[in-house]
Amino acid sequence: MADKIYSTKLQDKFERNIWALLLMLLLILSVGGIVEIVPLYYLDDTMEHNAKPEILWQRGDGQSLADWKPGEGVRPYTALELAGRNVYIREGCYLCHSQMIRPFRDEKERYGHYSLASESIYDHPFQWGSKRTGPDLARVGNKYSDQWHVKHLIEPRSVVPESVMPNYPWLKDNMLDPSEVASHMRGMRTVGVPYTDADIETANTETAGKTEMDAMVAYLQVMGTMVKLDYGVEYRE
Amino acid sequence: MDNAGVDQKYNFGVVRWFSVVSIIYMVVGTFVGVYIAAELAWPFLNFDIPYITFGRLRPLHTNAVIFAFGGCVLMATAFYSVQRTCGVALWSNGMAWFTFWGWNLIIVLAVITLPLGLTQGKEYAELEWPIDILIAVVWLSFAFNFIMTIANRKSTHIYVSNWFFLGMMVMITYLHVVNSLAIPVSLFKSYSIFSSVQDAMIQWWWGHNAVGFYLTAGFLGIMYYFVPKQADRPIFSYRLSVLHFWALMFGYVWLGSHHLIYTALPDWTASLGAAISIAMIVPSWGGAVNGMMTLSGAWDKLRTDYVLRFLIMSLAFYAMSTFEGPVMSIKTVNALSHYTDWTIGHVHSGALGWVGMVAAGALYHLVTRLWKTEMYSVKLVNMHFWMATIGIVIYVVAMWISGIMQGLMWRDYDEFGTLTYTFAESVAAMHPYYVLRTVGGFIFSVGGLVMLYNVVMTIRQAGAEPSAEAEPAPAPAQT
Repeated sequence: MADKIYSTKLQDKFERNIWALLLMLLLILSVGGIVEIVPLYYLDDTMEHNAKPEILWQRGDGQSLADWKPGEGVRPYTALELAGRNVYIREGCYLCHSQMIRPFRDEKERYGHYSLASESIYDHPFQWGSKRTGPDLARVGNKYSDQWHVKHLIEPRSVVPESVMPNYPWLKDNMLDPSEVASHMRGMRTVGVPYTDADIETANTETAGKTEMDAMVAYLQVMGTMVKLDYGVEYRE
Repeated sequence: MDNAGVDQKYNFGVVRWFSVVSIIYMVVGTFVGVYIAAELAWPFLNFDIPYITFGRLRPLHTNAVIFAFGGCVLMATAFYSVQRTCGVALWSNGMAWFTFWGWNLIIVLAVITLPLGLTQGKEYAELEWPIDILIAVVWLSFAFNFIMTIANRKSTHIYVSNWFFLGMMVMITYLHVVNSLAIPVSLFKSYSIFSSVQDAMIQWWWGHNAVGFYLTAGFLGIMYYFVPKQADRPIFSYRLSVLHFWALMFGYVWLGSHHLIYTALPDWTASLGAAISIAMIVPSWGGAVNGMMTLSGAWDKLRTDYVLRFLIMSLAFYAMSTFEGPVMSIKTVNALSHYTDWTIGHVHSGALGWVGMVAAGALYHLVTRLWKTEMYSVKLVNMHFWMATIGIVIYVVAMWISGIMQGLMWRDYDEFGTLTYTFAESVAAMHPYYVLRTVGGFIFSVGGLVMLYNVVMTIRQAGAEPSAEAEPAPAPAQT
């Protein structure tokens, strides 16, 4: 009985030999991921800036992040913005706010131009999110004043009565650690963000004496303002 | 074989521990879920305390239910069923204990670090790099022990439940290692080496397959062992098992991109994921039918066997959510459902209905076998069953309504062609459903508490009973 083949010969082999089964699983379980992930690294139309380089900020020789003007293209975050982004991640904002506007009429009217892949090229990790318990933030920059953001972060219901967002009063009390921000920028450079030595050196002066609230507001205010997108242009299909 | 012989032959100590802690984690993990659900209904519950805000507790909830509860159930059932189906003890009992203590250490570290805000910022992969390395080591010790036990087996063929467990172990290793690749900048801060669209694809390749392999393939391993055992009948169809297995293994991996439909992910990738998602109805339903039809000719057992009720109800939820998932992958539906509570409802009908119920059924079965006794109260098992079922239905219905309502409100236009509702109005409209969801989740959680009480009483009762086989000269009980 024990030697009876119940199934096809191949299946029977897998059922009798754990190493054959393991090897087969190692192979077939890798297929889907390879097919879907690897081409994203070499297909040119994945990132919109391959066709339209102006989406990314073209830094001139000797230019610092401070030389960049809004709309000139996607650039690495300044020290203060990066510190703000870390607060955003720490507080789990991405669990309720997306940063990915889809190409629909209502989203265009509510949030603005649909998001491009190249816009989050310096986002390690990406913060597109998966849920809108609160509104999308991909283009929240410059929509509200700094004072509004401070008030809203300290007590959201003081400006939006319907909000279910937690209060974040501690942001205004927590001071940034400038040396930490510099080490974070070096880390980001290791994973491919084009920071210059000068960018990292200014981290100290830029973040000294600043609070997490300052950082958070700086991050929120830059979101979606880096590149000026034209409604007449097709950035992706 | 009599019970005493079974106990000597196999390593059940570690299985007992995994079983008990998994029930504790189910109660704790779901109560954290109830609390954060309440925070969305009544935001004052955040109390301006950083450590308990929604954004920090939500990863704790997901990690607790997936990795603490789900992980311990998988380890208990895999270590139990691999011994029973292979007819040998674990390859290494010591390594199994290493897996137990290592896994629980990871859970303790998660409980400490997540409320502190130490996170990688990737959904369902929040834990920072030192813990990620620990996870990889402990997970591989689990897989290695499992594989070596099968290699030592007495049976000629490897039973189907073990295929599913093995598939899960391989895939989770791939996913965890690749998705967590990061450059550390300090002990508790790292930056993912990926960004933008590639990061999104890798993250959802991980995210969906944590569901597809950890919470589906692994729990199907549980189903394939425990449903036939509890029903005392062989699995309905061997061929269906083979088809279910290979189709699921090959196909599930592709589904992650359906989380990124209409985003900046290229259309070909999203469409591919959506198409294969729809095709996955076939193997998923094949598996559900295979489990349910195992009861063919013995449906009357459902009237008396409450444990079997859990198992069969779990398959009904499995069938329901594996139909709902592909529907939500259809682009037109996804345009409405994405970013809404519908997704949350879908996840919970799978996580509470399928994972929670099949786990409860398997754990009740395990407790009676491991402690060689009957449940302390069969009535309480039945009560747990109804609390779980009613709780899930309330939860899921609330999220269906709120999700579809959100989607419709966001895209609604008035007669002048402008948006009818502000975002804040849609938030206000969610309030009753967030309350209802909290109530549903609470009922489910209290059901878990009933189970914990019942199991603790069962173990105490088993300890108090003089067991002739286990102890040749039973000492009189002290209390």
